[in-house]
Amino acid sequence: MSLRSPLSRVLGLGSAKDGTAHWWAQRVSAVALIPLTLWFLLTLLALPDLGYATVRTWLALPINGFLAVLLVAVLTYHAYLGTTVVIEDYVAAAGTRIVALMLLRFLYVLAGGAAIFAILRVAFGP
Amino acid sequence: MTAPSRPTSPHWQIYRWQIGSSTSILHRVTGVALAVGLVALSFWFVSLAGGEQSYAVASKLFAGPIGLVVLIGWTFAFSFHLLNGVRHLFFDSGRGFERKARHAGGWIALLGALALTLGVWVWLWH
Repeated sequence: MSLRSPLSRVLGLGSAKDGTAHWWAQRVSAVALIPLTLWFLLTLLALPDLGYATVRTWLALPINGFLAVLLVAVLTYHAYLGTTVVIEDYVAAAGTRIVALMLLRFLYVLAGGAAIFAILRVAFGP
Repeated sequence: MTAPSRPTSPHWQIYRWQIGSSTSILHRVTGVALAVGLVALSFWFVSLAGGEQSYAVASKLFAGPIGLVVLIGWTFAFSFHLLNGVRHLFFDSGRGFERKARHAGGWIALLGALALTLGVWVWLWH
């Protein structure tokens, strides 16, 4: 029994060869996020307080700024992969789906970009 | 291609809630909630880079009643998504599919997330 659809058979199309790419990227980013999120939350909770001076001094340290940029980048990528599937699953109308997927990408680039730019401002700022 | 009219599957409301299906949908719900949290995280970083005044505005927002409820919600969402995500990584390696392990893992993720949420906020309030 062939698992290929009748349409793909009649068109003579083979596999797109990237069937597991999205799935795999989701796992790799998930594994990377385990240490990154735990580092971020535990070090924040370990600070004596969450006041402006304390947090800013903490984030201004090169190692913290670097890890925070990595955290935001991987987190944004992982969230983008996950919520893309949610929209693909639940938004049936083709037009609405395309617009929703496009807006979602814009939103992630905006949120991730703004956060990374802010971290760099703290790292390299006055 | 016209689809033959076959009987359709009963809708999801008809099924009994089970630990497997509950953790599955909760994983997705918490994932979406955490994606929204990414926007809040970005806002927090931007407020920090903006200076003492903007950081004070953000802190006040997060420390307010709505902010606290949302933060507690995100604590649970993160704890569950982390624990259940690790569970999924075990599934991906082909382990834990036996009935006992599957159910135990689901309950550990759910109750563990509740315990972590409670623990973090009791510790923060001490």
